[in-house]
Amino acid sequence: MENNYEEWTLVVKPNTKWFELHLSDLWRYRDLIMLFVKRDFVSVYKQTILGPLWYIIQPILTAITYSIIFGSMAQLSTAGLPKLLFYLSGITMWNYFSECLNKTSNTFIQNAHIFGKVYFPRLTVPVAIIISNLFTFLFQFSLFLTILLFYYFTRTDIHPNKFMFLLPVLLLIMAGIGLGLGIIISSLTTKYRDLRFLIAFGVQLLMFATPVIYPLSSMLGKKKLLLLANPITSLVETFRMGFTGVGGDDFKWGYLGYSFSFMVIVLILGVILFNKVEKSFMDTV
Amino acid sequence: MKTVIRIENISKDYRLGEVGTGTISRDINAWLAKIRGKENPNLKINEKTKFFLSGEIHKALDNVSFDVQEGDVLGIIGKNGAGKSTMLKILSRVTTPTEGTFKVKGRIASLLEVGTGFHPELTGRDNIFLNGAILGMRKQEIKSKFDEILEFSGVEKFIDTPVKRYSSGMYVRLAFAVAAHLEPEILIIDEVLAVGDIAFQNKCMGKMSEVSKQGRTVLFVSHNMAAVQRLCKTGILLEDGKIKYSGETTKVIEEYFKSSFASRAVFDISLPENTQDMEGFAYRLQIEDLDGNPISTIPVGKKWQVRIYFRMNKRTSHFIIGIGISNTMDVNFRTTWSSPMEIEKGEYEVVFRDTNILMSAGEYKILIGLTSFQRSIQYAENIAVLRISEIDEINDERILRISGNGLVLNPMEMELIKK
Repeated sequence: MENNYEEWTLVVKPNTKWFELHLSDLWRYRDLIMLFVKRDFVSVYKQTILGPLWYIIQPILTAITYSIIFGSMAQLSTAGLPKLLFYLSGITMWNYFSECLNKTSNTFIQNAHIFGKVYFPRLTVPVAIIISNLFTFLFQFSLFLTILLFYYFTRTDIHPNKFMFLLPVLLLIMAGIGLGLGIIISSLTTKYRDLRFLIAFGVQLLMFATPVIYPLSSMLGKKKLLLLANPITSLVETFRMGFTGVGGDDFKWGYLGYSFSFMVIVLILGVILFNKVEKSFMDTV
Repeated sequence: MKTVIRIENISKDYRLGEVGTGTISRDINAWLAKIRGKENPNLKINEKTKFFLSGEIHKALDNVSFDVQEGDVLGIIGKNGAGKSTMLKILSRVTTPTEGTFKVKGRIASLLEVGTGFHPELTGRDNIFLNGAILGMRKQEIKSKFDEILEFSGVEKFIDTPVKRYSSGMYVRLAFAVAAHLEPEILIIDEVLAVGDIAFQNKCMGKMSEVSKQGRTVLFVSHNMAAVQRLCKTGILLEDGKIKYSGETTKVIEEYFKSSFASRAVFDISLPENTQDMEGFAYRLQIEDLDGNPISTIPVGKKWQVRIYFRMNKRTSHFIIGIGISNTMDVNFRTTWSSPMEIEKGEYEVVFRDTNILMSAGEYKILIGLTSFQRSIQYAENIAVLRISEIDEINDERILRISGNGLVLNPMEMELIKK
């Protein structure tokens, strides 16, 4: 029998190279990704009265709570913006990131029952999560836009500007960082469950190191540098600047470049690690 | 003939007990060493204490090699723990082998369990698409087969109802329907036939033989020997992670029964301590073929007999010995006893020979009783297990060998009258 290597459509060996990523498989399974998106999105509000409205209620209640606690009681600066608008701008962006990170970091553990039965590119699951969260984001973003328009017409100090067209880029970087970190964590949690607990409050703590409840401009010196080391900072700040016009003094393209580079690195690391783990995770999970 | 699957020296090790070395730092050390191309420092420790650790690695598969030709329907059988599931997991790419390679030509799809990825909140329609996509179908492909799938499943009425409201039978039918319409070059199936009612099981079997007739390759893992025999041309018998026998299905199944149950054809009957006080007692029971060879599993249709060894301590009149056979549901299936007799003191054997009743496959319990003038001398339940296997030694198309067709498989006499 001819043993021509090229003839085989698939060769499985115990040790694959680090960069054999099979990303083309992901493309082949794009329909599955979209179906996962639909599943994730639809199944959340099945059998609820308000349905997708919940996606809006959550940020608005959070923004009101923040307005009371951080705005009125703690008297934190809102860079001259109406409290509701300021917090909502932070929450809308932050929610997208934290949801991406939280949900993708559970990929292996939550889907163990499916992964243990059938092979399909495992990366479809976190990628689908990123996309379905995008729909959630759109709901919350339209809420933000409504509030923004209201203030735009009732006040004179709201100045939306051309930077708002950076939104797709901001989302891309955010999704990339969320996905990258998420899959790194999900790969590690197959062995070390501890990380699950860590991530739950880690994300919450990280929010306080991101200008969500305060503007970057209110921080000075070392504190500011520390904040800027957080790649999410520039994304939230740019978003806020583009739609409301505050914080322009602190904008530098370099900050966005930093976030972008950060994304590229975690994404590459994440995909490699994920790829490594997905082969044998059934034995360790 | 083209080879579509080639398995070369595949082994799969599982570490028993805790997974990982236990701490992150040791794992990182091991990992760094691996990157630098050195040996794992933790492994070295293990080498020294090899004796102590030798039991920690379980070889689920041990150097297994085989080829599968295009269009083959290969049955993989073996006892629990023989490595069947591990083999399937490797073939379906759920996990990778520790050593060895496997090569495939064409799309491979596995049905390790039907309904994988069904989401309870989604409707039957949505789940058809989702499940199909998980199994590797494109959306367009599913769309074009949608009607067929729906018809096969028989749940048309409920297609827009969330599957969490389905009965388990409907759920399984829908799931299998999706899987059955998958059209990969190589299909891996594990125990799907264990589900559904008889009609649906037959439907599945039909679909599977249809698949194989289309020239596609099927790997079939099952405990249902009748199904294996009916579907598969060739088979592999796994034992302790190694291939024990491979070849024609009938031979493989024969080997399987030989290795599995050889020991249990002779049953000792537990007795009270002081047997001297008893008028008489049976102490051993043997299930055997008509030549007197002990057999533990009787193929449907093979003649068998039960031999009971007993001792009489004194002369007894109006002595009757009988046996009863009941199934695992405690339904009394048959009772047979001797006619009353005068019996001398001594050692005896009695043989109860099967008549022409074809008992359906399964396990049966045997009880015995010894009486004199309707006074019990000895009565013992559950003393032996009689195993009837699905594998037939009879060639009669009218006899269905699937469990669930009733306790007795003998066909009734039938007469067709034309009017």
